Amino acid sequence: MSTIKIPPVLRASVGGEKEIEASGSNVGEVLRSLAEQHPATESQLFSEEGGLNRYVNVYLNDEDVRVLDGLDTNVSDGDTVVILPAMAGGA
Amino acid sequence: MASGAEIIRKIKERIEEVDPKEVHELGQNGNGAVIVDVREQHEFEESHVPGAVHVPRGHLESRIEGAVSDRGKRVVLYCASGNRSALAAHTLQDLLGYEDVASMRGGITLWKDRGYEVEVPRSLTPEQRERYSRHLLVPEVGLAGQMKLLDAKVLLLGAGGLGSPSALYLAAAGVGTLGIVDNDVVDLSNLQRQVAHSNDRIGVPKVDSAEIAIHEINPDVNVQKYPVRLGADNIMEIIEGYDVIVDGLDNFPTRYLLNDASVRTRTPVVSASILGFEGQLSVFHPYEGPCYRCLYPTPPPAELAPSCGAAGVLGVLPGVMGLLQSVEVIKLITGAGDTMAGRLLLYDALGTTFTELKVRRDPDCPICSREPDAISDEEMGVFPDYEAFCAGAG
Repeated sequence: MSTIKIPPVLRASVGGEKEIEASGSNVGEVLRSLAEQHPATESQLFSEEGGLNRYVNVYLNDEDVRVLDGLDTNVSDGDTVVILPAMAGGA
Repeated sequence: MASGAEIIRKIKERIEEVDPKEVHELGQNGNGAVIVDVREQHEFEESHVPGAVHVPRGHLESRIEGAVSDRGKRVVLYCASGNRSALAAHTLQDLLGYEDVASMRGGITLWKDRGYEVEVPRSLTPEQRERYSRHLLVPEVGLAGQMKLLDAKVLLLGAGGLGSPSALYLAAAGVGTLGIVDNDVVDLSNLQRQVAHSNDRIGVPKVDSAEIAIHEINPDVNVQKYPVRLGADNIMEIIEGYDVIVDGLDNFPTRYLLNDASVRTRTPVVSASILGFEGQLSVFHPYEGPCYRCLYPTPPPAELAPSCGAAGVLGVLPGVMGLLQSVEVIKLITGAGDTMAGRLLLYDALGTTFTELKVRRDPDCPICSREPDAISDEEMGVFPDYEAFCAGAG
């Protein structure tokens, strides 16, 4: 199992949780597992074509999966997957 | 009892005296010798022999090892006329064991008479020396760093939640010029977090209110006010000439616009954003690290990008994030430490957790993979329909 860190804007879609445990051997499977547990997150994470939405950044531990193997990046037990959307608030 | 003059004469017999001509021939790097000015602080600041280090005679015993650690090294001391340096040379030679010490005959007076050049260092006024004394004590800032701060021009985008603490602390730190871009006026609902403003300035333009707060702390700061909305038509003109930009903007289109413009001018941007109890911080230093578009190639749709106005924010949070930004600004200006370039900090105030993520330069970045001259006015900040799309999110 790995831990997914849920950003504030997605928390309403997961019942207010900050972290969700999910299974899967790669990043794509882990995020799919999240979408199955909490269907409201699916359209926010994935495009209609099934890929990750471009405005969602995903990190395996502290590394951007875009510089790893994207959704195919292997995930080990105890890893943390961070979902990070941009924020623009400043005022 | 011998007179003072007699003692000096006797001491001069026991030490080596050299002519200014010989010292001049050493050149500015000293040619292996260290030239030490033993006069008082104010005398040194007025002018000194180029390349000389300053160790006032009153602190000779305690400070000389910091300036010259190798006792075998050639040390040439000078003062105003050659007396104090003779006494200091005697101390170094007889009491401290320096092996190759000399005193410059006639001091800096004779040096000047010979027509040799002197260095007139820039220095702080007595008032500034007092005001910035705690900076001067920190080696990472010191006099050189404080001078850099006084010469620096920092542009604050927004005098709101993030801009307020930056404005106050950067003013206090002695940043010479603070530009402020904000077209808003102070509202009562701002005062829960925007600490540069005050109850009696409700209704006042934020740039004017912030200027008052800045000058109450440090009247020497030059404040440049831009009571405008930052847009493609004015951004290049406004950011031109600033050394660092502090991004406290409250919307995505302007953040992308800022990124593209700052890449063109190669200006580092200290960026923070806040929402609810969470903040993000990074430094986008064009061509030395990733830019904003490398991190966020596309802004999220409006439903995933609520503003503080719509979703609320803990009032203290912009204080925390704004001051983390200020620290990055100081480091960029002074060169001390490591900035957040290439790193993204996530702060969760509720859980008190700090998470650090790596940010990489995108070799295919639509903006910073190209040379500044190749980026046109027309493509800055461009996203199809985005301005209209997020206008509703306020």
